[in-house]
Amino acid sequence: MKNVIKKTFKYTLPVLFGYIPLGFAFGILLQSAGYGPIWAFFMSVFIYAGTGQFLCVELLAVGASIPQVILMTFLLHFRHFFYGLSLINKYKGTGKFKLYMIFGLTDETYALVSTSKPPKDVKPSHFYTAITLLNHCYWITGSVLGASFGSLFTFNSKGIDFVMTALFAVLVVEQWKSNKNHIPALIGFAVPVLSLIILGADNFLIPALFIVSVLLMCLRPMLEEKGERL
Amino acid sequence: MSDFSVSVSIVATMAIVTALTRFIPFILFDRGKQAPSWIKYLGYVLPSAIMSVLLIYCLKDVNFTGGNFGIPELVCIAVAIGLHIWKGNVLLSIGASTVLYMIFVQVVFI
Repeated sequence: MKNVIKKTFKYTLPVLFGYIPLGFAFGILLQSAGYGPIWAFFMSVFIYAGTGQFLCVELLAVGASIPQVILMTFLLHFRHFFYGLSLINKYKGTGKFKLYMIFGLTDETYALVSTSKPPKDVKPSHFYTAITLLNHCYWITGSVLGASFGSLFTFNSKGIDFVMTALFAVLVVEQWKSNKNHIPALIGFAVPVLSLIILGADNFLIPALFIVSVLLMCLRPMLEEKGERL
Repeated sequence: MSDFSVSVSIVATMAIVTALTRFIPFILFDRGKQAPSWIKYLGYVLPSAIMSVLLIYCLKDVNFTGGNFGIPELVCIAVAIGLHIWKGNVLLSIGASTVLYMIFVQVVFI
């Protein structure tokens, strides 16, 4: 396993550079709401969702009701549904780590898992597990550090969250290169842009993901070539 | 309930619901040894579509009609994509575009 981690590490470097500062920012926010490193640790281990944990700080601060927490978390994280949907086949027969791999399916982990090809001498299931585990560790480390030392930290890190945007931009290129057919990628641009313009920043994502999936299903006769990977 | 147990129950609820959103597709559709053909199809076409969606998602709060008109974001994304097509080095593409973005928002576009 050590060897697998070593070989997988370089694939996860962009996430390392994203999760440490982002986790750190979460830790600072959490600590300023009166919750220390132990809370950061448990939240990052068991929730393990960036946007959700930022929301959770607000919910903790106002002492939100449980139905409210359920509803807001569900709406915020429903996008995960589409990640799982597209990984069902890839994660088939991945054995004992499968539950953990599903549990750890963040935006960034999904992006790496669905785009990176495992090195030749590493079993795919080990590769995906290692990506999930490494990313999880980065996130936990960043958030605990932020909650512990955030108040001592003065480095101007404004704009560092762009690392995630850049990661997705690079993975768009990777996907573009590895697929012959670019219609799915173009649908993936056009639909959310329209949805964003019409519905606004807070409500556009879930409808966009639904419409993208439905459109792709409708275009299946056209996009699917017999027995050939697109 | 004490503040402590309220906080614990909020965190636990969020953890459970988050895990559910990740497990639901597998609970619903992960049956048998072979995935149905429509699931396989989505496995091929969804990732590239979702990657584009995620990129747009990162830009959802950018103001394109005022402020900086999204210039720092658009320029730096173009740099990331351009560098990546040219050199194909993930770390270089991400590192250079992020540093440029930080310079933009900290020094140039204030």
